[in-house]
Amino acid sequence: MTTLTDPPKGAFRPSMLLYDSRYRSLTLQAIAAIVLACCFLYLYSNLAANLRAAGLNISYDFLGNPAGYDINQTLIDYTSQSTNWRAAVVGILNTLLVAFLACVTATVFGVLAGVLRLSPNWLVRKLMAFYVEIFRNIPVLIWIIIIFTIMTAVLPAPSAFRGENASSSMLFDAVAMTNRGVYVPGPYFTRGFGAEGNGALNWLLVIAVLVGSLIATRMVTASADAKQAETGVRPKTLWLNLGIWFVPVIVVLFALGLTWDYPALQGFNFQGGLKIGGPLIALWFALSIYTGAFIAENVRAGIQAVSKGQTEAAAALGLRPRRIMGLVVLPQALRVIIPPLISQYLNITKNSSLAIAVGYADITATLGGITLNQTGRAIECVLLLMLFYLVISLLISAFMNVYNNAMKLKER
Amino acid sequence: MSDTHAESIRFVRETTLPQAEPPVAERGIYKWGRENLFATPGNALLTLIALYVIYVVLSAVLPWLLNGVWNASSLSECREILAGETGGCFAVLVDRWQQLLFGFKYPSAEYWRPALAFVLFFVAAAPVLFFDLPRKMLAFTALFPFLAYWLIWGGPVLVPVVALVGFVVGYLAYAKLVTRSFAGGFFGGIAAAAVTWIIGGFIVDWLSGPSSLLRAVPSRDLGGYMLNFMLGVTCVSLSVPFGIALALGRQSSMPLIKWVSVVFIEFIRGVPLITLLFVASVMLAYFFPPDSNVDLFLRVVIMITMFSSAYIAEVIRGGLAALPKGQYEAADSLGLDYAQAMRLIILPQALKISIPGIVNIAVGLFKDTTLVSVISMFDLVGMIRGPILASTDWNGVYWELLGFAALLFFVVCYGISQYSQWLERRLATDHR
Repeated sequence: MTTLTDPPKGAFRPSMLLYDSRYRSLTLQAIAAIVLACCFLYLYSNLAANLRAAGLNISYDFLGNPAGYDINQTLIDYTSQSTNWRAAVVGILNTLLVAFLACVTATVFGVLAGVLRLSPNWLVRKLMAFYVEIFRNIPVLIWIIIIFTIMTAVLPAPSAFRGENASSSMLFDAVAMTNRGVYVPGPYFTRGFGAEGNGALNWLLVIAVLVGSLIATRMVTASADAKQAETGVRPKTLWLNLGIWFVPVIVVLFALGLTWDYPALQGFNFQGGLKIGGPLIALWFALSIYTGAFIAENVRAGIQAVSKGQTEAAAALGLRPRRIMGLVVLPQALRVIIPPLISQYLNITKNSSLAIAVGYADITATLGGITLNQTGRAIECVLLLMLFYLVISLLISAFMNVYNNAMKLKER
Repeated sequence: MSDTHAESIRFVRETTLPQAEPPVAERGIYKWGRENLFATPGNALLTLIALYVIYVVLSAVLPWLLNGVWNASSLSECREILAGETGGCFAVLVDRWQQLLFGFKYPSAEYWRPALAFVLFFVAAAPVLFFDLPRKMLAFTALFPFLAYWLIWGGPVLVPVVALVGFVVGYLAYAKLVTRSFAGGFFGGIAAAAVTWIIGGFIVDWLSGPSSLLRAVPSRDLGGYMLNFMLGVTCVSLSVPFGIALALGRQSSMPLIKWVSVVFIEFIRGVPLITLLFVASVMLAYFFPPDSNVDLFLRVVIMITMFSSAYIAEVIRGGLAALPKGQYEAADSLGLDYAQAMRLIILPQALKISIPGIVNIAVGLFKDTTLVSVISMFDLVGMIRGPILASTDWNGVYWELLGFAALLFFVVCYGISQYSQWLERRLATDHR
């Protein structure tokens, strides 16, 4: 609140600290700073006294000690002799894995349900409204437990697959759904690089080829755009693009000798293939359908936010329905949909910490669970845990700000 | 004209035809069905798929629901009664409903106390939720927290009375001092309340006899759905004032205040609730004075309140930002100072806009109270996963229990979200 009167002349008086708007905010901030400092000092002295009484100190040395526990689902090499730090990294990778998987499937569910909620079909509309209301109004923890219960209590044990007339059979002879996890065929290379031909280098190579294809298709599209701008006729690029996408990657996979390792029942359990544990599936699926319900509402709101006049104007210009959707409605709807969508992704990442309820070894279960309990380093573990989630969410919000700035309506 | 036509037309009908019914395909259920279910081949396919999905779900759920057993003492007895048929074992709900609702340690002779508090809660919440009710009911709302505390925890009646008297004295001091300046009234009120509480504390200690009207129940004995409900209600109502303060702090022109608010809000919003609950269960005790013994319930309330106040602050900030700038300028031009402008002009409008958002946060928070089961508090989910499923009688009764929990949460959350939509419509009509 600025004042238009002339500033009073004369010497500085102490009362001006409170009654002069030039100094008052400084006074208030100084008081606030002192109060805050006192609070922190008080908390810190309590902490120090409590730690001294318990004979503890703050130290992160435990991260270098052997963890001493096993993790059933790991993306990198890990044994019980690995350090606590390594266990935390395993947890971080598992968190990122389930968050990524759930983000992808939640988007699929959400977009599907959101579009279907606007369908002209009455039954489908009601069914989707039912889905959204049911999943939004029941805690995600209950959904995780329900799906985990299906995974462990309803699916058959591996022994049910044995014998001549087994009570369960594998889907397409390739996928076995058991109460110990789902076994799917796993890819491996016979002529690849690295140890036994299966180093990470192979996958990097495949990804590099895919990125190259992406760049090549972008260039094809750009040249088609240029040609269209020049002559008015757009060259057909569909087959060329499909070829660029598929041929190189198939050639590379063939050269590396990609083969599939099928799971097979040996002894009491399935061997071979890729095992996806029950906790991972429960968490992944529950987060997907729960968040999918929220995303469906965002998608619906986004599509409804595009005014009808836009569609009509596009139709008046002679655009076909598909082009109206692609050129007029979607770009405007996406501007409304994407920001809440990204915050839903953030929610998925944070909710993935519920893994601890079903025993999936994410960062909360390794660092915040077993490591914390075994070492007793509560403060250090919880602080590291918070730091990790904070970094992730700050990264995502930074990305969102960049996106919002890029997408902002360029107004005069 | 008419002459020529009279010659060229032999017959002119002079009465109108009676209105005929539209053809069968154009009326009633046929028309509706054709337009809404079978408009195009694709649409018809969708209808068939939807019908199939409904059939699959109902054929699985209905026999289980209708053929359920309500009277048995264990799962094996249920199975005997069912004799191989499909059917739910709802007897577990009949057998254990007290544990599901109140936890397994709350003395069963005292169940009427939380039940009464639950009913009174609606009376107390009504004038806040519905503006048409007489404003005098707010007096009961103000009284309710103390009454509910006494009903649920029991113990000497003087404790809530002293707390109430402290608030009353604080309010009187505030009302007396606020005419001079808001800050004076605010801090004067706090000081007066604190003095009352300190004096009252001595009186309570001095008077505390062994006999009390209601038997004292320690907070570790609270559990079941009651715990979820209490956590939700307490934390949401506590976090609204903190949320307002944080939102105003974030908009403040003083860099230090603004910076502190931003860091707090972004930090809390950046971490999952479960890490904050870990803080409550393993870390927060280190920050209290060494000989104090703050129980887990209070620690959890502190952390969840911090969590929800950060989210509510963001909602209220949206409300503040939605107000036209003219409102701020008008308040300035009337010569109101900051506190007056906020109290009389800005906040009443901003809060009204943010009510639907706050209600959404409340729903989310109420669902998130189930997370306390992870730090081994026995809320509804904790009771199901812990004592009930672990008992020999009911080991394996998953769907009935989880379905019951889901139903309880669904009823409350759906009700609140319908209320929020109603409120949004209502606020929209008298604002725009």
